[in-house]
Amino acid sequence: MIPFELVSPERRLATMEVQGVRIPGSEGDMTVMAHHAPLISTLRPGILGIESSEEPQEYIVFGGFTQVTAERVSVLAERAVPKSEFTEEILSTEIEQAENAVTKAEASSDHAAIDGATKRLADIRALAAHVA
Amino acid sequence: MPSLKDLKNRIESVKSTRKITKAMQMVAAAKLRRAQEVAESARPYAETFNRVMSDLASSIVDQGDAPRLLAGTGSDQTHLLVVMTSERGLCGGFNSNIVKNAKSLANELISAGKTVKILTVGKKGRDQLKRDYGEQLVGHIDLSEVKNINYAHAQGIAQDVLNRFEDNEYDIATLFFSKFISVVSQEPQALQLIPAAYPSEDTEMSSSPQFDYEPDEQGILSDLLPRGVATQIFSGLLENGASEQGARMSAMDNATRNAGEMIDKLTIQYNRSRQAVITNELIEIISGAEAL
Repeated sequence: MIPFELVSPERRLATMEVQGVRIPGSEGDMTVMAHHAPLISTLRPGILGIESSEEPQEYIVFGGFTQVTAERVSVLAERAVPKSEFTEEILSTEIEQAENAVTKAEASSDHAAIDGATKRLADIRALAAHVA
Repeated sequence: MPSLKDLKNRIESVKSTRKITKAMQMVAAAKLRRAQEVAESARPYAETFNRVMSDLASSIVDQGDAPRLLAGTGSDQTHLLVVMTSERGLCGGFNSNIVKNAKSLANELISAGKTVKILTVGKKGRDQLKRDYGEQLVGHIDLSEVKNINYAHAQGIAQDVLNRFEDNEYDIATLFFSKFISVVSQEPQALQLIPAAYPSEDTEMSSSPQFDYEPDEQGILSDLLPRGVATQIFSGLLENGASEQGARMSAMDNATRNAGEMIDKLTIQYNRSRQAVITNELIEIISGAEAL
């Protein structure tokens, strides 16, 4: 068991002791359990799964980052919604925003920005396909 | 000497003013509670964020190839002052205190030969700065349509600030807002936004573990630094929100009390002149009777 917290800029969504957390890291999903090596990773839009003694919970997160230390796992999500409260509407606004970001990045012809924006859009689309 | 009628009207008008200020005080009290709750629930994110950033920042700065948002442009010629104030007045010295703080830094910088640019958030600060620093104002962000501040607004402001930095419009950005301490005391603050100043925890650093970074440190840092700007602006906005309501509450409390005192004074004056009129009339009647 390891203490876990999920916070968004506006509020704290969850704090609990968990067996493991499945985190959508930017380089791929990972499950963090107790005695994980200290790690700082950015997140991609995806599903965050919590396994504790209670029922497993899932949150949809849109970007942010995670810090894993010996004492705790903190996930700081730019935006996070419990899966039960997740709606098509949230998804469509996120997709729209990501599409706008891509258009804007393409206009600036900055390769790093285009890559970042395109990846984000692809991640959100993948998430949409998964949730639907 | 005002007539009885005038005095009566005066008392009535002060009474209705008192009703209004009393109502505003109560509204501010209710809003303050909400603003405090919002500020409270945003604190864990900001705290965790700053902790991670100070870990990261100290490990990167040591290597000497830090991004510009952290290391600065290498110059301090042009300063951007981001002044955050409220959209509405009637909140005591709240806006003036923030503006005064910003003005003193601006004057100091100008007399040191630096260039100063000012970005205002909130109408009241803009109105006050326009008089003396009309030429230095480079932009304004209007939040008057916004009822509840959320992170997206902070991101919008941060984007504006960052875009200007990308365009090399300034070297150093400072954020002005008011920190909420209690209902009667709000402290105007100046916080350096860019280059980011994350205090490194020296004592803990030695014991803090070596982190794995995914992607690499540079990638994470360039992802997180813009977010740090947004996070700081967001907490500034929330502190400001609570401070504004607190300041308004105590200003309106004072106004209500003053109105009460004024009503008492006017009532005494009213009664005196009423008695004077009665006495006058009596004298007239009596002297008239005697004359017969």
